Amino acid sequence: MIPARRLGAVVALVSGGIALWALPARPSVRPPVLRVCSDPNNLPFSNRAEEGFENRLARLIAGELGAEVRYTWWAQRRGFVRNTLGAGECDLVAGVPAGFDPVATTVPYYRSTYVFVTRRDLTPPLASIDDPRLRRLRIGVHLIGDDYAAPPPATALARRGIVRNLRGYSIYGDYRDPNPPARLVEAVAKGEVDVALVWGPLGGYFAGRQEVPLRVTPMRETDDGPGTPFVFAIAMGVRRGDTELVRRVGAALDRRRAEVRRILEEYGVPLVPAGSGEAT
Amino acid sequence: MRSTSRGSLVFGFLLSAPLLASGVLAGCNSSSSAPARDAAAASGQPAGTRVGADPMRPPGAQPGEWTIPAKDYASTRFSDLDQITAQNVGGLRLAWSFSTGVLRGHEAAPIVADGTMFVVTPWPNYLYALDPVTGEQKWRYDPGTARAAQGVACCDVVNRGAAYADGRVFFNTLDVHTVAVDAQSGKELWKVKLGEINRGETMTMAPLVVDGKVYVGNSGGEMGVRGWITALDAASGEIAWRAYHTGPDADVLIGPRFKPFYPSHQGKDLGVTTWPPDQWKVGGGAVWGWISYDPETNAIYYGTSNPGVWNPALRPGDNKWASTIFARDADTGEALWAYQTTPHDEHDYDGVNELLLLDLEVGGQSRKVAVRPGRTGFMYIIDRLTGEVLSAEPYGHVNWASRVDLETGRPVLNEEKRTGNRSATNICPAAPGLKDWQPSAFSPRTRLLYLPHNNLCMDYEGGEAGYIAGTPYVGARVKMYAGPGGHRGVYSAWDLAAQKEVWSIKERFPVWSGTVVTAGDVAFYGTMDRWFKAVHARTGELLWRFRVGSGIIGQPVTYLGSDGRQYVAILSGVGGWAGATALGLMPEIDPFIALGFGNAMTDLPDYTAQGGMLYVFALDGGAQGGERPSDAADNAGEGTVGQPDERTSQTGTRR
Repeated sequence: MIPARRLGAVVALVSGGIALWALPARPSVRPPVLRVCSDPNNLPFSNRAEEGFENRLARLIAGELGAEVRYTWWAQRRGFVRNTLGAGECDLVAGVPAGFDPVATTVPYYRSTYVFVTRRDLTPPLASIDDPRLRRLRIGVHLIGDDYAAPPPATALARRGIVRNLRGYSIYGDYRDPNPPARLVEAVAKGEVDVALVWGPLGGYFAGRQEVPLRVTPMRETDDGPGTPFVFAIAMGVRRGDTELVRRVGAALDRRRAEVRRILEEYGVPLVPAGSGEAT
Repeated sequence: MRSTSRGSLVFGFLLSAPLLASGVLAGCNSSSSAPARDAAAASGQPAGTRVGADPMRPPGAQPGEWTIPAKDYASTRFSDLDQITAQNVGGLRLAWSFSTGVLRGHEAAPIVADGTMFVVTPWPNYLYALDPVTGEQKWRYDPGTARAAQGVACCDVVNRGAAYADGRVFFNTLDVHTVAVDAQSGKELWKVKLGEINRGETMTMAPLVVDGKVYVGNSGGEMGVRGWITALDAASGEIAWRAYHTGPDADVLIGPRFKPFYPSHQGKDLGVTTWPPDQWKVGGGAVWGWISYDPETNAIYYGTSNPGVWNPALRPGDNKWASTIFARDADTGEALWAYQTTPHDEHDYDGVNELLLLDLEVGGQSRKVAVRPGRTGFMYIIDRLTGEVLSAEPYGHVNWASRVDLETGRPVLNEEKRTGNRSATNICPAAPGLKDWQPSAFSPRTRLLYLPHNNLCMDYEGGEAGYIAGTPYVGARVKMYAGPGGHRGVYSAWDLAAQKEVWSIKERFPVWSGTVVTAGDVAFYGTMDRWFKAVHARTGELLWRFRVGSGIIGQPVTYLGSDGRQYVAILSGVGGWAGATALGLMPEIDPFIALGFGNAMTDLPDYTAQGGMLYVFALDGGAQGGERPSDAADNAGEGTVGQPDERTSQTGTRR
C-alpha cells in the first residue's frame, strides 16, 4: 500500500515531466531533468560549484538517461532525506550506504573504508586498530551530536578504553567554512592531532591538499565485530517505490563502470574490492 | 523502601508564601495562609524592591494578565481567576479562533498584557498582536528568520513563547536572535544576534524578563554546540553577562560565591576536567527550557541540556555542567550553586524542565524549595538556598536508576539499563523522559502539582554501525514505545506533601502540552489527538472538552478580558519532537526517525495533521457571543475515539 502523500509525490513527478521513464507523449521543448538532492558544501562528494565526484557521477548518469541535472541543495545531516527526497523536492541521492533503509538503493558502485591519516614521518605507518601506539598518540575522530552515533573506529577505540587521547571534531563543523568535515584532516597537517581516523573518501581527497605531506593508510581490519563495520558499500538512492528510476540509474552505473571508477580514483577515494566485508 | 539515607523527611503542607501573600486567596485557605503571610512579613521586603504585594508577580502585571509563559516568576502557572469553575466550565464555548498561517509544531503560550494578546509562531517566528476579546489582528511582526535555521533544529522548528514587560515584547528566533518589539506598534526596537546557526545553534526557549534584564539561552545539544545562558539589557539588547555550561570556571561564571552542596560539584574547572580533552567545546549544556526567579534571593534558577555527544562511551567523566540545575545571581550571572541531576548522562535526560519555587514545610520547618519534575522520572525537591536535594521520589515508572542517593546527590544506576558500548532493552523512561519540556502547574488551593507527561520506554542498540561522513547515514540506535499499561501519555496530580500521585488520566499519546490550573479548581491541558480538556483539579474528573483542528502541544493560559470576562486560550498545531510523525516524515519506513521517537508514534497521522490555530474560549462564548451550538449539552461527552480518558484509582498506586 502506498500512503497517499507519497502517491501524490509520484503523480507530481510524472505531471512535471521529470519522470525519466515516462517521457511526455506530447512534444516538449524542455529536456527531461534528473533532480538530484545534494549538499552544497561537502567536498569531495559535492558542492554548489558541482566540483565533487558525486556531481560528476550525477552528470554521467544524467547523460546516460538523456537528461539534465537539476540540484536541490540541503546540508547533509539529520533530516536530509526527509527534507529532500522525502519532501518530493528531488529524486536521486548520489551517495548512500547500500541498503540504507529510508531509500531504495542501486547496486553499490564503490566500497571504501576508514583510513588512518598521519604525517609522512610517522613510521611505520599505522594500519591496525590494535596498534599499541594508538594508546598514546593524539587521535582525531569525527563526533556526531545525537542518536548515540559515532563513527565505527571511535566506537572501536572506546571499546579498547582509548578515549582520553581522542579529540572530537564536529562533523557539522562551522557550515560557513568550506567543507566542514575537512577540519579533521587539516588537524593532522596543523599538528593538532597525530592521527585522524576518517572515512576514506575524505581522507584520500584532503590528505593530498595539505601543505605538509600526509599519508593515508586504509584500516587493515574490515570491522570490529558484528555491527561495527569499517568498510561500507556505497550506492545511489531514490525514493522507495521509484523502482523504474532505481533500475535505470543502476543500469547506467553498470554500463559506465569504468568511467565511474576513473572518477573515484581521480578524487583519491580509497577503494576496497568487493567481498572483503562490508556493511549494508 | 526508598526512604532517604538521612532518615525520612516529613513534608508538611505547602505554604507558597508568594501566592498567598497576594491576598487573592484570602478566605480560601486562611488556616495555611496566615503563617505564610507571617513568614513573608518576617522576612521583610524582598530583594529587588518589587512594587505590589506579590513578589512573584512580574511588576506591573495586572492580576488578570498572563505576561510570561510561566505566569509568575515562581513558574506556578496558577491563575487566581475564578469565574470559570468546576461547576460551570461545561458552559465554555469558543469565543474566537485565529490561524497563524504556519504548519509546524506550536509549543508557545499566548501571552496577554496591556490589553493585547501576543502569539509567537514556530519558524518563521511571526509575532502576532491580537485583541484578547474580539480576536481582531492588531499587527504582525516578521523577524525574517533565516530559512536555513530549519535544517539545524534537532526536533522541529518550535518556539515556546514570548515575554512581556514595560511595553515591550521579547522573543527568540530559530536563527539565534533575541528581539524586542514595541507592544503598541509592533515596531522592532532591537534585534541582537547571539549565536550561529552554522555552528549548530538555534533558539527555541521563551525568554524570562526581570527588572530590565532579558534572560535567554541556546538550543542545539544534538548539534555539538556549547551551551550558554545570557542576560541582555531590556532597553538596548546589549549583553550584560553570559555564562557557558562547559569549560573553565571563568566561562561558567563560577567564582568565590559558588557554594554547591555536594562535594562532587566542588573543585576547580570541573567543566574541563570532567571531559576528555577539548570535548567540552562541543559538550552541550544548552538552555532551551525554563527559567524561574526569586526576588528574595535575587537569583535565577534553570537547568541545562544533555551533554554532547549522545554516545556516553566517548565522554568518560561527569561531563559538567550538562544536565545541571543552576542558581545564579540575576544581576551578575555568578553561579551560587549547581546540582547535576545526571552526572555522565547516558539516556539523553536533559535537565531543562521547569523549576517551581515554593515554600514547603519539611520536618516542621519551612524551606524555600525548587521543585523539579525531572525528565529522569524523579521529583526533585531542592533547597533553593543551598542546592541540597531534600527528596527525589519517582512520579512514574522509572528503572534506569533505583533512587537518588541524597548523601551524594547522585542517582544509583541500574547496571542493566546503562548505554554506551552495550545494548539495553526496556529502559524507562525513554530519552524524552517521564516528562519533557511540557511545563507543569501548581495550585496553592489544592496543593497539588499538575503534570502533563509521557509513559515511554526504549531499547538501545549499542555499538552498531555508526555514521559515515558525507552520506546521510546515521546508524539507528534508539527505539521508543509505550511504557507499562500501553498508553503513551499521562496527566496526573501529584501531592508534594505526601509525595504520591492523587489521580491520573491515561492518554493515548504523550501529553506534550503545558497546563494551567485556576482558582476555580479547573485544570486545562491538551492532547495530541486534538482534545482540549478541562478537568476537576481535585478529582481529575473530565468536565469539558473541545475538539480542535490539530493535535495540541502548546501551553494553555487564562486571562481577564477588557469586558471583565475570563478567557482560556490554547494553540493547536501538532509537531515537536513527539509529533515528528505527523509532519510527514515517513515513519513507516524508518522507525528510528526523530531520534527513535518515530517508532512510538506511527499512528499519530491517523489522528491529526498539521496546522497552527489559536482557540479562545469563554463561558457562553464571551463578548463575541459566538453562535450558540444547539447540541451544547452533548459537547462535553461525545465524539471520542477509543478510550483515552480512563482514570486510575484515586489512591497513589503508581508502582
